[in-house]
Amino acid sequence: MPSVRLDERDLAFLGGDEGEGARLAMSILVRMADVVGARELLDITAAHIDSSLYQGPATLEFAERLADGGARVRVPATLNVSGVDEHGWREWDVDESWAEPARRQMEAYEAMGCEPTWTCAPYQTQARPGVGEQVAWGESSAIVFANSVLGARTERYPDLLDICCAVTGRAPAAGLHLTRNRAGQVLVDLSRIPRRLAAEPALYPVLGHWIGLRVEGRIPVLDGLPARPGEDDLKALGAAMASSGAVGLFHWVGLTPEAPDPDAAFQGREPATRLRPGPTELRAARDELGSGLSDAEGLDLVVLGSPHFSLSEFAALAGLVEGRRCHAGVRLVITTGRAVRALAREAGYLNAIESFGGELTVDTCILTTPMLPESIRRLMTNSAKYAWYTPGLLERAVAFGSLSDCVESAVAGRVTRDEGAWTAGP
Amino acid sequence: MDRRAVSDRSAASDSGPLIGRALVAGAAEGAVLYSSEPLSFWGGYDAETGEIIDRRHPLAGQVGAGRILAIPATRGSSTTTAVLLEAIRRGTAPAAFLTRGPDTFLALAAIVAAQLYDRAPPVIALSREEFDALRRIRHARVEPGGTVLAR
Repeated sequence: MPSVRLDERDLAFLGGDEGEGARLAMSILVRMADVVGARELLDITAAHIDSSLYQGPATLEFAERLADGGARVRVPATLNVSGVDEHGWREWDVDESWAEPARRQMEAYEAMGCEPTWTCAPYQTQARPGVGEQVAWGESSAIVFANSVLGARTERYPDLLDICCAVTGRAPAAGLHLTRNRAGQVLVDLSRIPRRLAAEPALYPVLGHWIGLRVEGRIPVLDGLPARPGEDDLKALGAAMASSGAVGLFHWVGLTPEAPDPDAAFQGREPATRLRPGPTELRAARDELGSGLSDAEGLDLVVLGSPHFSLSEFAALAGLVEGRRCHAGVRLVITTGRAVRALAREAGYLNAIESFGGELTVDTCILTTPMLPESIRRLMTNSAKYAWYTPGLLERAVAFGSLSDCVESAVAGRVTRDEGAWTAGP
Repeated sequence: MDRRAVSDRSAASDSGPLIGRALVAGAAEGAVLYSSEPLSFWGGYDAETGEIIDRRHPLAGQVGAGRILAIPATRGSSTTTAVLLEAIRRGTAPAAFLTRGPDTFLALAAIVAAQLYDRAPPVIALSREEFDALRRIRHARVEPGGTVLAR
């Protein structure tokens, strides 16, 4: 017998009253509640489903077992990226033998009633959960955004479990769902970062990468930066922390909802550890994000948009490429969601980007669909997440730079980076 | 005779059996692959070959299939579970997992695999001290109750 306390609805799911798919979902949830030591399940109001990612026959089989068993989501559920750009995959090197099962997996999640948003950044266009709202989100970069920036409450849900929560409307009452587990643990004092570097957008992915390696699964509290980050900055920061570490929540004093002051962020406790990065450490962290591709070397692809490119990022990119041309030997691809692409087109940003030679891929990204031709060996990106996963997943060389570095490199046909902000001094 | 194996055996027997908590119970035996560095399976483990492919990880290039994988925890991507489920289906997954404290991602993949494929690698949570003791163990047996014996 499970040690978790179940109510009548839970027992009905478990008994198969709601069908075989819902029974399977609840049985997995109850086992996991036991693993995490939850005494009970709680109600959730929404979910974001990362299980949509095709990783081979097993993930498809799991999805179809649920869908064919009549499972339907009980709460609004957005879908993360899939294994394929549903309508645009033929423009790239995607094999039919990958695209077909990946599409079937997309259909299985749509059949369960999930919304076909197909983005890792659902908060850019969809309804956002409010402060304190209990949700079940998958996708590491979205989880950290929901917890930290929105103040919603989700545990770090792995693939296969987020959908079980959505189908039952329940989640184990444990981890980041509970107030006591949301207290900051590590103070990251940013007062040594010079103003010039604080004004550089590439600071945020680099800082996130540096912090994630050091805090692993603990909760960092950031304070003291002589600048105020925007939402795209926080998106990049969190995604980087969630890649190099296992961070599901950070606080930023005076900025994020649970951190009006340091005392609130730490829930009255003392930080267990203090970190104080300066420009030298951060420059080293920036260089560490690259792998096998140095400055001035030739380039095949510039890739932007992990997490998915936002409307404001499209605006910034359009401004940088206006009236210019991408080098003939370089492709520029931007990965984004369908909804943001439509907004960017409507706003006129895509004219400048497409005239420059830029291409868009939606629903997915270069890491989740095998889309790159063999001839593309050398990548450059402003995303710490792309940079972190490229060597292992794509077996290709990668350089990391700011958005403006990426554009200049795309024009020059080789890696070029402005060192200005990264050198010591104010 | 391999002298290293002899000395390892004496070092391991000094530590005695390690009493873990079986998040997913099962028996397994094999060579221990140990690292003090967390690992993401997405971008870190090739489900086709069982090779560890995170180029920044100390175990990069090693094959995890059939081994007893001892890592403190998983990190990073939510998709670690999906990659591991696929590896279990293909028979390229480690024979067992030993972690420092409970790792819910590894446990979930094993729990779903038990439902889908009627097989699952045991997932055992150890204390910090017991996990650190694995550093000296080359070959181990995992008992159904969660006890780990050096062999």
